[in-house]
Amino acid sequence: MRTISYREAVRQAMLEEMRRDPNVVVFCEDARFWTMPTHGFVDEFGPDRVPVMPISEEGFTGAAIGAAMTGVRPIVDYTIANLMYVAWDQIVNHAAKNRYLFGGQASVPIVFRAAMKYANATAAQHSDRPYPQLMNVPGLKIVVPSNPADALGLLKSAIRDDDPVVYFEPLLLWGAKGEVPDGEHLVPIGQAAITRPGRDVTVVAIGDAVPTALKAAGALAKDGTEVEVIDPRTLVPLDKTTILESVARTGRLVIADPAHKTCGAAAEISAIVAEEGFGSLRAPIVRVVTPDVHPPFSPALERLMYPTPQRIADAVRTVLGAPSAVKDLVS
Amino acid sequence: MALSPEVLAEMYRRMLRIRLFEESAQALKTEGVIPGSIHLSIGQEAEIVGACMAVERRDYMLGNHRSHGHPIGKGAALAPLMAELLGRRTGVNQGKGGSMHLADFSVGSLGESSIVGSGIPVAAGAALAAQLRGEDRVCLCFFGDGASNEGMFHEGLNLAAIWHLPVIYLCENNGYGATTSAREVVAVTDIADRAAGYGIPGEIVDGQDVVAVHEVVTRAVERARRGEGPTLVEAKTYRYDNHAFGLHIENYRTTEEREQWLRRDPIPLLRDRLVADGVLSDDAAKTVEDEARAEVAAAVDFARTSPFPEPAEAFDHLFTVPLPARTAG
Repeated sequence: MRTISYREAVRQAMLEEMRRDPNVVVFCEDARFWTMPTHGFVDEFGPDRVPVMPISEEGFTGAAIGAAMTGVRPIVDYTIANLMYVAWDQIVNHAAKNRYLFGGQASVPIVFRAAMKYANATAAQHSDRPYPQLMNVPGLKIVVPSNPADALGLLKSAIRDDDPVVYFEPLLLWGAKGEVPDGEHLVPIGQAAITRPGRDVTVVAIGDAVPTALKAAGALAKDGTEVEVIDPRTLVPLDKTTILESVARTGRLVIADPAHKTCGAAAEISAIVAEEGFGSLRAPIVRVVTPDVHPPFSPALERLMYPTPQRIADAVRTVLGAPSAVKDLVS
Repeated sequence: MALSPEVLAEMYRRMLRIRLFEESAQALKTEGVIPGSIHLSIGQEAEIVGACMAVERRDYMLGNHRSHGHPIGKGAALAPLMAELLGRRTGVNQGKGGSMHLADFSVGSLGESSIVGSGIPVAAGAALAAQLRGEDRVCLCFFGDGASNEGMFHEGLNLAAIWHLPVIYLCENNGYGATTSAREVVAVTDIADRAAGYGIPGEIVDGQDVVAVHEVVTRAVERARRGEGPTLVEAKTYRYDNHAFGLHIENYRTTEEREQWLRRDPIPLLRDRLVADGVLSDDAAKTVEDEARAEVAAAVDFARTSPFPEPAEAFDHLFTVPLPARTAG
């Protein structure tokens, strides 16, 4: 075991895969800048595999698709998740669809890396968590790692995957450190993790809501409530079996997700459990998510948006039958 | 450089294949056998074949919604193309793409796209892959006058230029984006002039003259193979049908204009030239015509008698490996 940061795990995954496979290339604006996980890559791999990149998100996404259909495995780094919108047509209409449209004649093995910069006072155009929008697009796989070991293992699996994978990184976690196994570490896409076992309430948490949920679980344990924290890790394909089995044991479900409420991952998980696990439920499902409003710039307002240990703990108490402690954010 | 009689005869053959394929598609659409919309290449055969025959089978090609001519020009078998138009499981895309998205990777056709301009950066990427592997493949990218107003035109040409990519950007300027005249919406008279913005050569060519197109594109291919980067070629051409077959909206073009272009129909233009130059006898030309007619008829037969896909096939090809059962979606 070694202890590294989430950011370092992302860097290690790319380095290991680029050393292993000469077809792996990186498309990233400012890849040489010292703050980027790709810092130093041009020196090691040369400008052919780390080409200098203009600010042309739609253009270089299209180029990645053309390269991917002809044998290259690009990692496309949007730096900030919102910048993906500039390339939306190429991601949604082409990367996701080409294999299907062309009757399986080509695969599109691309990893789209998107760092989500919310809770960082960058206002609405830089703070989105856009994975729910892409969950609505068949043909894309979507991962949201919540710790360094998963960041390493899922990015390596994503790079080896023959289909497009969108890899969302909560920037809040870039500095978080954690243990990663020595040697080759791969985490399979489509497998949830039971991050903390517990018998009373299932909390499915996404991205940086995972460490937040673990804090809530620690506090609740002092009162004798055992929370089971499940990290789906992959949203498409979603490991519904692990979630349904947990709800079958606990009978109670809270979902914590920093994305917006409507049509989000939490909504989808709620629907799956309502459809396939209704008989196990002993209380209504509660979602701890971001309200359907843009992230405001002022920290005084933005800090009200995302799941906190307190909000998650309140939701757990509610599904356990306490008078509802879950309030609207500004009520 | 004079082209050999064999090459000239092959040009005539491919142009006829496109024309006859399109005429059959019109008939099948009218009959109700082809679902969806079709955008015909009738009138544009010379620029398609002239460009396609300037590249090799191993070279890549991308195109747009007006898509039947491009793979035919590149040498694709006709029967799977026609079966695709009819939505059959034997279609080149197995019934998943239809008219606007034909792709035949076996001849380097990386797919037509129905989103205007979207193939332009994708072509740069395919060329980049060839460059990375040290191959001397080039990529030929067809798009229309309308696409030259898309942001992807700018981003794609700039990428190809800064990376010195082996791409031939072939603008098929047929004068209209659907019903809107290029004269009204393109800020320059000649789209080739836009090449200057990327520091690459821009060439204008008569799109009704297959030999002229072949010559200009051959020069661009040679540049590309030498590592000198992309070229923008603008072929001035005309589509004789509407934007999509069956759209009865002709008042955006004048009869005089249409008749003027019909007088320069690329098929008789080439035939007359080949016969006059003694390249093909009248009989030999007839033989080529009979053979092309028989090929298209066989393709129509194949398509009509092919089965439709089974319901379970709707889920094929979404992912390379089907998702595990324990997952949702």
